[in-house]
Amino acid sequence: MVKKYSLPDAQGHFGPYGGIFVAETLVPALEELRVAFEACRQDASFVGEFEHELRHYVGRPSPIYHARRLSEKLGGAQILLKREDLNHTGSHKINNCIGQALLAKRMGKLRVIAETGAGQHGVATATVAARFGFKCVVYMGTEDMERQAANVYRMKLLGAAVVPVESGSKTLKDALNEAMRDWVTNVSDTFYIIGTVAGPHPYPMMVRDFQTVIGRECLTQMTEGFGRQPDRVIACVGGGSNAMGIFYPYIPHEDVRLVGVEAAGEGIRTGRHAAPLTSNARAGVLHGNRTYLMQDGNGQVIETHSISAGLDYPGVGPEHAWLKDSGRVEYVAVTDEEALDAFHTLCRFEGILPALESAHALAQAMKIAPALACDKLLLVCLSGRGDKDMHTVAERSGIQF
Amino acid sequence: MSRIQITFQQLQAAGRKALIPFITAGDPDGELTVPLMRSLVAGGADIIELGVPFSDPMADGPVIQRSSERALVKGMTLFRVLDIVRAFRSEDTLTPVVLMGYANPIEAMGQSVFVDLARQAGVDGVLVVDYPPEECAEFTANLRAAGLDQIFLLAPTSSEQRFRDVARAGSGYLYYVSLKGVTGAARLDFDEIACRIPRIRDVAKMPVGVGFGISDAEIAKRVGEVADAVVIGSRIVQEIEASPRERACANVETFTRGIRIALDELVGAHS
Repeated sequence: MVKKYSLPDAQGHFGPYGGIFVAETLVPALEELRVAFEACRQDASFVGEFEHELRHYVGRPSPIYHARRLSEKLGGAQILLKREDLNHTGSHKINNCIGQALLAKRMGKLRVIAETGAGQHGVATATVAARFGFKCVVYMGTEDMERQAANVYRMKLLGAAVVPVESGSKTLKDALNEAMRDWVTNVSDTFYIIGTVAGPHPYPMMVRDFQTVIGRECLTQMTEGFGRQPDRVIACVGGGSNAMGIFYPYIPHEDVRLVGVEAAGEGIRTGRHAAPLTSNARAGVLHGNRTYLMQDGNGQVIETHSISAGLDYPGVGPEHAWLKDSGRVEYVAVTDEEALDAFHTLCRFEGILPALESAHALAQAMKIAPALACDKLLLVCLSGRGDKDMHTVAERSGIQF
Repeated sequence: MSRIQITFQQLQAAGRKALIPFITAGDPDGELTVPLMRSLVAGGADIIELGVPFSDPMADGPVIQRSSERALVKGMTLFRVLDIVRAFRSEDTLTPVVLMGYANPIEAMGQSVFVDLARQAGVDGVLVVDYPPEECAEFTANLRAAGLDQIFLLAPTSSEQRFRDVARAGSGYLYYVSLKGVTGAARLDFDEIACRIPRIRDVAKMPVGVGFGISDAEIAKRVGEVADAVVIGSRIVQEIEASPRERACANVETFTRGIRIALDELVGAHS
């Protein structure tokens, strides 16, 4: 079953979500970006260069790995892992960064900026900045800098300046605010590489399009390696870029169930979570788009909680908001504890350290697999590797390095 | 005719420039906001921009960010901001009040509820930083129907076509952001302003105010030479931040008067 799907509209709306909610100074810059991106996506030489970089610099295609021991242990559906953790820099973030860096180059921008939560997007941005010779500034909340000290050092090694963000909750959303402030100030020579499918149009569409390489590879690899498409595709959702990347090519395949996994933190009922979709948060406007947003009754954005810095975000990409309403994707949430358990299990049974973000998707697969027949296929997007999280996991286990 | 239009008409007849100070409602606390507004008027303010605090003020520099945080810690909400306007309006029926803030608190209240309550409270204009005209057509229509002005921003990056589009949606006055950056930055380009403002006025057929980065009387005066209004935010918020609570009103009034005097030196200079 293949059904047509063509969102967003020309103004970047996914139904009532998305759009361009920014101060006037950025309106022309976003229009310039939209025009440049439209031109590039139709330009064979740009597409060719993008694919060449993905192959030779990132190391794509990333394999789909059949986690046989884990599947046997669970005694139900087969668990397949899309190994984005094997990409250069260790996560799916690099796919988008390569795309935006090539675009920045074509637009003649010499300086790139980025926000980062877990540090994966910051590292990927610092990496492409080094690769293409851009000046690079990464904004990071001070709380995240503490949680992800190794990634901070990595970014510095790559030549980036890492600017600590002290405002608000000192996490990803505040880093995004600060990066926006930088962009509005240096808009003529600076390209803002947003790391997820959020922000004002065209970012949600553009980041999705660069990330769809994940899902397109899966379509081919599943046919070649398994003779059919999976029964379900499961991915974690913070802003939601790895999920959009793997879901998008599957949207028309209506017999494939798509499952987005948010961070339930200490539990949805405790209020200490980062799951706007699963907790039925109201829609609101933040960071340039309208989407489901964790907020208090007065419209103030509230602090979120997740063991995984990359999922610790009060909003979600606007296309996910639309996909929730349309029912095409089901959204669930997984707690810190469940994600940690999945992290340890994958280490022990498959010799793979997943990122804590990706461990959320894996935990959901582990939850549902035992009840399913062993010929069912669950394709999990293993969006990143977990080396960056060893400190957090060790701390949870009471171990100090 | 709206209170904002009347104000500009009277000023223009007298050859004077509008002084539009900004403070954040609830900073340092809700009780002091009406007295501060009174001090602004006593110091010579023509219109007051009252900031509605938001948790994620993306277009603001550190000074107004901090004022927003102080106000939120003390429990300021959009409902309470409207109470403040109502209290101010009960004793001052002449000075227009423009609410300035971000979209989400308004959306949380509901756009049409907000427009109703704002009109009842005596608000005259609304400036929503992250509502470009394309994203708020219904809100614009609601405000217009309620007789409230919607003030839009224009930026150094805006094209002439953009002047036209934004002017069509807005009323009252247009707010030209004098620099690429956030509020409170300090990189004014006078030549740019002198070149752009007359062109915006030609297209827009309404008064043009200039703000972001105006920090003293000298700069205010130079901007006043070309603009119809001068908006001062961060510098006044800084005055509040630096003052002991009991001195805040007096200091704000003194600072405002300094700007007023400088602007009034321009009276007749263009005849």
